[in-house]
Amino acid sequence: MKSLLENINKAFDHRIRLGIMSVLMVNDRVDFTTLKELLGVTDGNLASHIKALETEAYIQVEKQFIGKKPNTRYLATTAGKTAFKNHIEALEKLIQKS
Amino acid sequence: METNDYLKDLKEIKEMMSKSSQTLSLSGLSGVLAGLYALAGAGYADHLLQAYEVEDYSESRGVIGFPLDALSLQLMGLATVIVLASIVTGIVLSAKKAKKMGETLWNASSRRLLINFSIPLVTGGLLVLILLFKGYYELIAPIMLLFYGMGCVNASKFTFRDVRYLGLTQIVLGLMAAYFKDSDLLFWALGFGVCHVLYGAMMYVKYDRN
Repeated sequence: MKSLLENINKAFDHRIRLGIMSVLMVNDRVDFTTLKELLGVTDGNLASHIKALETEAYIQVEKQFIGKKPNTRYLATTAGKTAFKNHIEALEKLIQKS
Repeated sequence: METNDYLKDLKEIKEMMSKSSQTLSLSGLSGVLAGLYALAGAGYADHLLQAYEVEDYSESRGVIGFPLDALSLQLMGLATVIVLASIVTGIVLSAKKAKKMGETLWNASSRRLLINFSIPLVTGGLLVLILLFKGYYELIAPIMLLFYGMGCVNASKFTFRDVRYLGLTQIVLGLMAAYFKDSDLLFWALGFGVCHVLYGAMMYVKYDRN
């Protein structure tokens, strides 16, 4: 059982982080408000989970201005995508084994 | 974590992926209704054409120097009513479905759906208007079908796969309407009427009825 759990990534061990990564896997760039709407979470909650994924270098932040309004967009890094794929595969294997 | 939790995780990942990239609140029933409006409209158009005793409306010409005769204006009015009724029905029923699914109708993916649908559609609409004002009536029905079909294909990446097949069917019918141009009203009715009813009903049974 130990070896099976190896690929389960602790960084994704939370519903919101799982959600953020899922969204970024299928969309190139997503802004903060869209993520918030999709996941149905508060600003602070989302920000802290984004920070955690950013620290792992799984997502990248892109800040720009639309007119005078600042707009922050997020995208998954290659490392993030690979890690997330491994995580999904590990989940699938765990389900098959039991 | 137990197996159930892992299963739940996978399910949530899948749901979030499709929710964030696709609009699933598109209502099938609104397609059926739009098709019925189109059929009623085509029936009425046929009646108008016969009342004016023009078998082939592409040969109808208005007063000298002004190509838009009374018949053309009536047909344009009729088309506008059908389009508006279909749009309103689509918005109302999709908003209702979105509410039932606990989603908002106006979000990032529905915006993308609309933009990608509109680019071919607005192009086709403008082309039809230009042809009308220039007095070229021959290709209006096929152009409507072709550009609408391309709009559907273009938008289908952001919603149900069925919309892609609807678009492809419209394109085929559009080409046929261009070739058999004496029966273009028939193809128009097949495309905008019968196809919408069929695909709408199929989508209703597949996704809405629960």
